[in-house]
Amino acid sequence: MVKPTKVTNSIRALRFAHGEMKQAELADRVGVTRQTIIAIEQGRYSPSLEMAFRIARVFNVPLDDVFQYPDTDA
Amino acid sequence: MSSEEKRSWVYLVVGVGVAAVYLVTVLSKLPGADVTRIAYVRPMLVAIGAGIGLGIVASIAAAIASPRGEAGRTDERDRQIHRRGEYVGFYVMSVAATVPLALAMAEAAHFWIANALYLAFVLAMVASSTTKIVSYRRGF
Repeated sequence: MVKPTKVTNSIRALRFAHGEMKQAELADRVGVTRQTIIAIEQGRYSPSLEMAFRIARVFNVPLDDVFQYPDTDA
Repeated sequence: MSSEEKRSWVYLVVGVGVAAVYLVTVLSKLPGADVTRIAYVRPMLVAIGAGIGLGIVASIAAAIASPRGEAGRTDERDRQIHRRGEYVGFYVMSVAATVPLALAMAEAAHFWIANALYLAFVLAMVASSTTKIVSYRRGF
């Protein structure tokens, strides 16, 4: 299946690096549903810039450490 | 499954189910009958009322069955998907509504006009709910 967004992310790795944080806890701290966190992790949803910043703030890292955008169209 | 996705499923299943029962009930009277004499008004009003009532009851039941803290919670993704679904539903309704309009201009029997309009509502609801469900499952 072709993923609807080219944006990739490291949320799963960051969650594990932060005490194996549960998706539900991250969702609570960002203020979204757990299903939205799952959709973002799986590349099925590209969050708004504001939500992206809120996620980065939870992990206390810059935005680039959470979300990546490939240079090529491939 | 988020509460909004559950709600989309509820509306799709209830809407299609009620419409199917209505169509079978009314269409079974159609062969060889004079459409001006078919009593469709009461079944249609019951179908519309049942669709709304069952939709509300099933949504509440789905919310009660949801994990603690997840019932009724929505976010920007839910709102975007809702808008997308309503947008598609509006276009389907706009196109489908041309049929009862044409029937009215052709002075067709009220039976056909009312049923074409009811079908337009059902099609719009199916398109809207399906768009939302596909958006939830495949992403967008």
